[in-house]
Amino acid sequence: MRNPQLNSHGELQHLLTIEGLPREILTAILDTAAPFTEVAEREVKKLPLLRGKSVFNLFFENSTRTRTTFEIAAKRLSADVINLNISTSSTAKGETLLDTVDNLCAMQADMFVVRHASSGAPFLMARHLAAMGLDHIHVINAGDGRHAHPTQGLLDMYTIRHYKKDFTRLAVAIVGDLLHSRVARSQIQALATLGVPEIRVIGPKTLMPTDIDRMGVRVFHDMRAGLRDVDVVMMLRLQNERMQGALLPSPQEFFKYYGLTAEKLACARPDAIVMHPGPMNRGVEIDSAVADGPNAVILPQVTFGIAVRMAVMSMLAGS
Amino acid sequence: MPWRHNTSCRIISMALPDAEQLCRALAESIRPGLHPDTALVGIHTGGVWVAERLHATLGLKTPLGSIDVAFYRDDFNRSGLHPQLKKSDIPFDVEDRPIVIVDDVLYTGRTIRAAMNEIFDYGRPARIDLAVLVDRGGRELPVCPRWSAHELALPPAQNLQLERSGAGILTLRLIDA
Repeated sequence: MRNPQLNSHGELQHLLTIEGLPREILTAILDTAAPFTEVAEREVKKLPLLRGKSVFNLFFENSTRTRTTFEIAAKRLSADVINLNISTSSTAKGETLLDTVDNLCAMQADMFVVRHASSGAPFLMARHLAAMGLDHIHVINAGDGRHAHPTQGLLDMYTIRHYKKDFTRLAVAIVGDLLHSRVARSQIQALATLGVPEIRVIGPKTLMPTDIDRMGVRVFHDMRAGLRDVDVVMMLRLQNERMQGALLPSPQEFFKYYGLTAEKLACARPDAIVMHPGPMNRGVEIDSAVADGPNAVILPQVTFGIAVRMAVMSMLAGS
Repeated sequence: MPWRHNTSCRIISMALPDAEQLCRALAESIRPGLHPDTALVGIHTGGVWVAERLHATLGLKTPLGSIDVAFYRDDFNRSGLHPQLKKSDIPFDVEDRPIVIVDDVLYTGRTIRAAMNEIFDYGRPARIDLAVLVDRGGRELPVCPRWSAHELALPPAQNLQLERSGAGILTLRLIDA
């Protein structure tokens, strides 16, 4: 079966997940993103690639950074961007996801950027569009449930490549709430596809999926041991809103064992970079001294995110 | 049929002018038209090679600019982005500056339109001129070079390409489109 994200020419038609995408496509996205970073330095920060196209931001879950950077990316490509306020829209009145999609297609949508609490919602949309013969309409997953957040994974890869150049010599640690993290899943798949030889995950047993070692990662519950000599530390947000029941004694307890402090960071290589997808819980998963310290590349991640999203949108629109 | 391809290339290449000589001739024809603030902008990839030659020969003070017009092409909806994008680099203030766009081969003029659009996104230049190594005719837009080192009428079935050897020597080559 063909990867549902690729068209018959092997080009990216939708971006739903990193899983199953060949290394050449991931590398092509990162390569394409590089020239887009330069657009931010121009007087007119606009390119005409998506002129006349309508991009609909469908965020069924809250987001500031992702929605804003997608909006900036689409606007810098000259697209018309329509942000649907879901909480006051027809969805709140009971309209189904696919009925919403059909209605927006009738308004000549060209691209959907969708975030949804249910894993697989963007895939459902892509399959529906294919069944309707609407192959010219593209779907980008901006985060679905616990499943995937591919553009976050890609912008993280862009950031790592920017600072570390070569993926094939790196040791990377992903730290925190892996159980609820779609970001972590996309990161692990991207790191593995790009040839990172050592991928570690660090966190308490209660926040670690039981079969995560099948993704080809080494599991650590002791943060200092897990950070030993790594080149990249990728922190995750503690997702309090997704937690049901007592997975943690308290945020203070979590910080004591899994919060990134300067003292724990000293176990990593001196030139290690510290990343975080945001929003940060300071004093819970990361200490302010580290978040604002010399190893942190958290704000460059946000800037690179715009270029990566521009690259993805242009590649989809040009496919 | 590779033998036929090779044969035709060999025969045609004998009729083509020497690219290095054309670069020197182009530099000398541009020289009298230069202003102290003039900046060269080469179009990736062949245009940048020519612009590098001109920049060195003319001893210009303003650093060399380069652009990849892929983001401004008018055929994006038909053919998408090509995979080897280059970063545009305009290391000078465009505002009120005389600019010379440099390309290897001038054909339809669409690339030049895209290049001008891109330059205007950096500011409002004082003027823009166009310098090309070879003008092969076949214009589809009202674009006219101020300087061209060589003119050559070619049928649409043929492409003229500038190539650079490992040692950095520029040569022109005809290939079947």
